[in-house]
Amino acid sequence: MAEVYKVAIIGSGPAGLSAAAHAARLGLSHILIEKTDHLSDTIYRYQKGKHVMATPSVLVLRSDCDFDAGKREKILDQWNQDVAAAGVNVKFNADVKAITGDKGAFVIELKTGDPVQAENIILAVGTQGNPNLMRCEGGDLPHVQYQLDDPGEYTDEHIFVIGGGDAGIENAMGLIADAGQNNTVTLLNRGADFPTAKKPNVDGLLAARDAGRIGVLTESNTALVEPGWITVETPQGSTRYKCDRIIARMGAAPPRAFVEAAGVAFASPDRTAFPTLTPTFESTTKPGIYVIGALAGYPLIKHCMNQGYDVVEYINGNTSLEAADEPLLKDKLRGLPGNKSVAEWLEFLRSHVEILNGLSPLQMREFLLDSEVRAYKAGDPIFVRNEQGSSLFGIASGSVKVEVDPSNPNVTVPIGESSIFGEVGLISGRRRGATIRAADACICVEIPRMAALKLMSQVPEARETVNRITTERQVLQIFKSGLTPADIKDVLAGAEVKDVKPGEAIITEGDLSDDLFIIRSGSMIVEKTLGGKPMFMSYVPAGSYSGEMAMIERSPRSTTVKAAIRSTVVKLPAGPFRELLKRKPELDKRMRDEMKARREINAFVESQQDKFAGAVDMYSSVANFLIKQGIGEATDVLLIDESLCVGCDNCEKACADSHDGLSRLNREAGTTFANIHVPTSCRHCEHPHCMSDCPPNAIRRGPDGEVFISDACIGCGNCQRACPYGVIQMDKPPPPKPSLLKWMLFGMGPGPGQPDYAWRKKAAAKQNSESPKLAIKCDMCSGKSGGPACVRACPTGAAIRVSPDAFLSVARIERSAG
Amino acid sequence: MTQTGVQSGRVRQRTHEGFLRHKGFRWAIVATGLCVAAIGVYFFAAQSLMEAPSGGSWLGYILGTVSAGLIVWLACLGVRKRAVSDGHYSLKAWVSAHVYLGLSLTVLATLHTGFQFGWNVHTLAYALMMLVIASGGFGIWAYTVMPHRLSANRGEITRRQMLDTLESLDGQLQEAAQPLDRAGAAIVRHSVQDTQIGGAFWQRLSGSYSNCANKQSLDQIRTLSRTGASGEVLVKIEELMQQKADALALARRQMRITGLLEVWLFVHIPATFALLAALIAHIVSVFAYW
Repeated sequence: MAEVYKVAIIGSGPAGLSAAAHAARLGLSHILIEKTDHLSDTIYRYQKGKHVMATPSVLVLRSDCDFDAGKREKILDQWNQDVAAAGVNVKFNADVKAITGDKGAFVIELKTGDPVQAENIILAVGTQGNPNLMRCEGGDLPHVQYQLDDPGEYTDEHIFVIGGGDAGIENAMGLIADAGQNNTVTLLNRGADFPTAKKPNVDGLLAARDAGRIGVLTESNTALVEPGWITVETPQGSTRYKCDRIIARMGAAPPRAFVEAAGVAFASPDRTAFPTLTPTFESTTKPGIYVIGALAGYPLIKHCMNQGYDVVEYINGNTSLEAADEPLLKDKLRGLPGNKSVAEWLEFLRSHVEILNGLSPLQMREFLLDSEVRAYKAGDPIFVRNEQGSSLFGIASGSVKVEVDPSNPNVTVPIGESSIFGEVGLISGRRRGATIRAADACICVEIPRMAALKLMSQVPEARETVNRITTERQVLQIFKSGLTPADIKDVLAGAEVKDVKPGEAIITEGDLSDDLFIIRSGSMIVEKTLGGKPMFMSYVPAGSYSGEMAMIERSPRSTTVKAAIRSTVVKLPAGPFRELLKRKPELDKRMRDEMKARREINAFVESQQDKFAGAVDMYSSVANFLIKQGIGEATDVLLIDESLCVGCDNCEKACADSHDGLSRLNREAGTTFANIHVPTSCRHCEHPHCMSDCPPNAIRRGPDGEVFISDACIGCGNCQRACPYGVIQMDKPPPPKPSLLKWMLFGMGPGPGQPDYAWRKKAAAKQNSESPKLAIKCDMCSGKSGGPACVRACPTGAAIRVSPDAFLSVARIERSAG
Repeated sequence: MTQTGVQSGRVRQRTHEGFLRHKGFRWAIVATGLCVAAIGVYFFAAQSLMEAPSGGSWLGYILGTVSAGLIVWLACLGVRKRAVSDGHYSLKAWVSAHVYLGLSLTVLATLHTGFQFGWNVHTLAYALMMLVIASGGFGIWAYTVMPHRLSANRGEITRRQMLDTLESLDGQLQEAAQPLDRAGAAIVRHSVQDTQIGGAFWQRLSGSYSNCANKQSLDQIRTLSRTGASGEVLVKIEELMQQKADALALARRQMRITGLLEVWLFVHIPATFALLAALIAHIVSVFAYW
């Protein structure tokens, strides 16, 4: 009979090895099961010399393995030593096939070798160790590999790289970088294009193809792998190529099916959902299985290592262990009234705020690490109208009042305990629509956008609540006129939330539909057919409504309204809304006034079309060009008037000189239309793509609406890959250069602007310090009283920063016609 | 029409003006006012003074001090342009004022001379000043006309991309030349190794490159016989060289336009320093040898 271990740890990443080291130190019978022949495969697979960061810096490391920011090699060496010193029982090359049994008697079946038996299981498999595999015949042959550590290793080989993402392209380019290696490299891509890869990567690949240095097969699939050969299905038919090595880079997926098969339930079917766990990381559905690390939703190394330690303590029967984040939470909750302990606060907030009701205590802890709890006195402002903010607030006790009328702060609407506010900013990303003050002494929890989105994806009830309240509030806020929730109950009963793809029309000119639309997120453009072609009439940002003319006048649609970018709209049925208008003459008047204003704008464009067809055409085509450049999701974009730009690059120099010597904009790059040039520079999207996957949550929106990257950046590069506009670069700030005066008088240093590479290298060598590459992007000169340096430093006035709704106004026609 | 907040806060514009039209020609108006006032006072004073107004009269001192102050201030643009400070300033406004106040010097300083010219350091300072202003005038012309051409020429291609294209074409030429005999290879090598993109200063400005190595190679390749195995290779090489010639023409036009945008500075800046030196000599000598 084989040994039954007290605890089996699956996966030897930071979480797993920390758990194993602690189990070993405690003298627990344990086994660390690792799929590969080395520890911590994810970090092992980082490129050579990569700098690994240790965030959050405030969190204390509690582990028997040491960890500090540094080079990949140093960290791996350290861990290998620590694991050896602790006397961890590691089983390498053990790929787990299935987990069966229950607490006290689990059986871990391996793909090869005898099954392992354990009382408890710690799942620390992460999300990266599960690359998508080649499924064709022969895909399991030894010359098929899923990573490339050192491209310099291979010479004189015929190599196929499979996958047209960044990983595949970077590997392929690495293999042909040195012609002396004499490799014949071919990249195989399933599609015709490379939509997931960064543009410079794709450009580099295509240039290499044109130069005959690499073969690229698109719209192709592998049909068969044989030793020394590969058979590829191309649109032209199937071809057999010589092939000594296959590097498959087809992405990775969290091993959800495997985890679920073991009995561990996930919070929702959502792709991003995590397993449901108790405060001690134990599965709620399968006692005895503990889930930690990235798989549990903690992507940062320090969190993982702490959890490894903690979970072993729990398994060892330590119930009084104070979590490593306890001091952080204590600190966060200090100064609040009531003298409650952390646990009491967590429970108080969870039970008092409706959207938090569905959270587990563990989720509550993590949630609170991201959020802020604040006490307000009666009358304190919580946020002010027109402020930038995308966070959501929950009221744990007391109530707040919303100043719905900007001209009269005495007109307020109350929001009571357990409800939420600020959700419009969260969903539309626009500025705050109203000032909110504490009505009496109250305690609110502020949830940053990312934490709120995570909450909504983890807890379906929270999502429904937020959606319901949002629609109601948005209708109240847009139409104002003293409406109350009771007034609009019938309208909301028929409301329908719809996602709209870019270019899809919600209203088509000439149609007989009469519903009203509220733009919840994204933006719309209004077009009308004039002289046989669609003319741009106006731009409708999120937080506005559209379609009122047909609803009020029961006439066919006079314009087409279509999405500028991916948007969400709420469709309100016309019938109940007309009833509402009948009951509320004030609202009726208000909407008719606005309708009149809109109609005047349309009429103006039409009348100008007769007189100055050229000016209107230009206005329309410029607007369409800008929308195509993604201006529809921008909040603030840098444009360059090419009729004024002398190409002095002073904008770039000013940018570099006001930001640690690195320019965040590339004036020349980007697209141009009719004198308007959109340079490669951040446009501070309403819903920044870069924010979507930032492990340390370092990308935030600042007080002036700027999207900036804080010092917490770990240099992972996710944001750079996520940005569709290519405005984020990974770089390290150059060493400080001599002052302007020294340069002007004595010629010292490289002068204004971003120093050239040679100078940086020389100066960095003198400094002799290692600094990591971090994500660098425009912060709109946050904190500089003069505003963006690029605009200030333009000698001719060519550089301007605009917001789309102001720039795409009909004023342009008047100017070009006049 | 919309429910979003007003665009509060910092620089964010609906429309914009170039440096010449800045704030509705504010500095043009100021400069014109200055000139008109100076001319008015000059002719008023000319009548009341005993002799014709010169640099030595009370009017001459005022005009001289104002002009010298302006010259020093105008020269400070070079520092302002490069010193990126955090506070609120607009380089466009500076340039606008620089242009119009600089032009106003033609009137102010001329009146300061009292139309007394001679072969001396005083007139030298005046002449240098006029040279600086004239070169600046060329600059205004270049800044008005060239941006259109610059933009139209490059389209959406960046400088880096132009150089990369040339480098890539060179790489392709070298690969394509592998099967050629020694003589053929020499022609290709001439194009790859000896082609200068820019060349000398005047060449850049004139845009004439009659001795371009690529052009010579292209002419020679065309004369080679297309028979036999190398025929196909030669067609390919000729194609590549033609592409390279087009890419070179684009890059050289770009350099010519950027050259024109900068060439006046090669007069404007050194002449400014000479002017400052002459101005000091002028002021010192006036007071020392009164």
